[in-house]
Amino acid sequence: MHYLPQIIFLVLSIAGIGIFSRKIAEIRRNIFLGKPENLNNQPGKRIQNLLLLALGQKKMFKNPLVAIMHLVIYAGFIIINLEVLEIILDGVFGTHRLFAAPLGSLYNWLINGFEFLAVGVIAVCIVFLLRRNLIKLKRFISKDLDGWPRSDANYILITEIILMSLFLIMNATDQLLQASGNEHYHITGVFFFSQKIAPVFSGMSQSSLVILERTCWWFHITGIFVFLNYLPYSKHLHIIMAFPNAYYARLELQGKMNNMPAVQNEVLYAMQPETAPNDAAPPAHFGAKDVFELSWKNLLDAYSCTECGRCTAACPANITGKLLSPRKIMMATRDRLEEVGKNINTHKQFVDDGKSLLHTYITIEELRACTTCNACVEQCPVSISPLEIILELRRSLIMEESNAPQEWNSTFSNIENNFAPWKFSPDDRDQWIRDIE
Amino acid sequence: MKVHTMAELMMAGETPEILFWVGCAGSFDQRAQKITKAFAAILDKVGIRYAILGKEEACTGDPARRAGNEFLFQMMAYQNIQVLNGYGIKKIVTTCPHCFNTLKNEYPELGGHYEVTHHTGFLQQLIEEGKIKMKEKGSFSGKKISYHDSCYLGRANHIYEAPRKVLEALDAELVEMKRCRSNGLCCGAGGAQMFKEDEPGQKRINMERADEALETGASFIAAACPFCNTMMTDGVKNREKENDVAVMDIAEMILTEME
Repeated sequence: MHYLPQIIFLVLSIAGIGIFSRKIAEIRRNIFLGKPENLNNQPGKRIQNLLLLALGQKKMFKNPLVAIMHLVIYAGFIIINLEVLEIILDGVFGTHRLFAAPLGSLYNWLINGFEFLAVGVIAVCIVFLLRRNLIKLKRFISKDLDGWPRSDANYILITEIILMSLFLIMNATDQLLQASGNEHYHITGVFFFSQKIAPVFSGMSQSSLVILERTCWWFHITGIFVFLNYLPYSKHLHIIMAFPNAYYARLELQGKMNNMPAVQNEVLYAMQPETAPNDAAPPAHFGAKDVFELSWKNLLDAYSCTECGRCTAACPANITGKLLSPRKIMMATRDRLEEVGKNINTHKQFVDDGKSLLHTYITIEELRACTTCNACVEQCPVSISPLEIILELRRSLIMEESNAPQEWNSTFSNIENNFAPWKFSPDDRDQWIRDIE
Repeated sequence: MKVHTMAELMMAGETPEILFWVGCAGSFDQRAQKITKAFAAILDKVGIRYAILGKEEACTGDPARRAGNEFLFQMMAYQNIQVLNGYGIKKIVTTCPHCFNTLKNEYPELGGHYEVTHHTGFLQQLIEEGKIKMKEKGSFSGKKISYHDSCYLGRANHIYEAPRKVLEALDAELVEMKRCRSNGLCCGAGGAQMFKEDEPGQKRINMERADEALETGASFIAAACPFCNTMMTDGVKNREKENDVAVMDIAEMILTEME
């Protein structure tokens, strides 16, 4: 019976980490349903992006106040999780505050630091909850977030407040138990913040305090495992995905569109038939109709999206009331990819479900509203390009379905026949010279 | 002033320093033709030996590519690269950010390698080298100018300073719009939107941007793209402000103030 808590803890840890790993493997499989693309060149530049954009959150600093608040949650969350290492070791060995004795006074400094961050995290989470729900910030009240996405954002903030509160209460009761001379509770020195809330519990009996302290400990670590497994279903997955996404971000200038070598070659073979190989097969598809035809990087983008809506708030089409919302493009891509993933889980391979990203999830009207201005790409704090997806879907619409508005068809035929988008004679291209001579 | 084509120079056995890529808007659009003429006049005044392709120039394919018609884009790119490489072109300057972006960023992997400059960068260099000298007391002196960032110069190619540096030479007061530089708002023309009606919505994009420009109280809106120019001009006209606020290309502003 003595080992029961340790056994429960081990089972909990293995289950928590095991289920999480399985889901991550599934997400990885889903991402690689996309087209292969080599994004390993210039590792130095990529590491720089990872450090600046993901770790340093450079783009967040377009709004410094929000950036600092976000940084508090992020730093708090990551650094406090160092303490999880002690919790796990304590859990496995049945010890209590394993690091306290070897670290000596440094331990007190560390825990005080964690407490400081915990209080910071709680404060900022409260501010963010109010900001999300009370202030009518357009990107948060947008219909993009109706339903699950809006609840998701709130659940995360509430969970963080709970986890941090449990940590503080645990420390507060621990200190009361230390003061009472309970041998199991090492003397650690004063913890600044939890000391302040300790009086709330000072009327409790020794055994109640132990129960409360242990309950907080168990809920804290269980909460962490639950939260870990909540991540893959949440926008909060960005705390992991932002890193690979920054690393694999495209390094070219934003103005450059991805080339289609298959089409380039088709044109070359048409112009210079002698260059055409005998076995030249036409490409299977042009552009992307579904997630399979997007690059794996576009799919990594979809899982990295934080649904913050900075892209949509900067989108000229969205600002002027058009249907297009770059954030919705990313959410739709992830939703479709998850649906495809479930399809594969059920049938062992993808079975046609009569749906596709284009049309079922993203409409023509949305795609047609894009001015390719790159505002969405510029804004994204986690290196996502909604524009690339929009352009790939447009390619499919035009080249696979010949689906263009009448005006564009005229533009195309003018370019083809008159070498300009307007119906002018190519002979008049240098007419302006004669006007000035 | 005589504008030569590459074909003419070739016949005469001459090579120009630089090719002026005029672009479709600059060639055919009446408003944009004035920008073309202004820039050509600057080149002429400064004494740069340049040439145009004339009838041999064709659309770069930018609007076709961004609309989704990759075939048409590749056809245009193939033709243009054949012509440019045929003349052995090394340097290109263009007054259109869309042509600039396509020539500079998208033609290289199709076999077209050129040193491409946008006219704002080119003008900045001429001013810095002292080749363009401004009049002592110019007509923009003390006036408010607001520069509208073109997406294909700014976010697409990180060119934010060159146009502003050129405008500074006018001794005017530069006032920024709320959304400027990397946060600049599109005029609404990019991505082949220029050639079709807006999708249903509450407002036209060019009206949103023109309103923002008018809010600055500037008497001049400076553009560096023929399409932005059209969009902003339409917006200003729509608000019946065309008598108070002029939309001008940076090249036109420089030409009137050159010594």
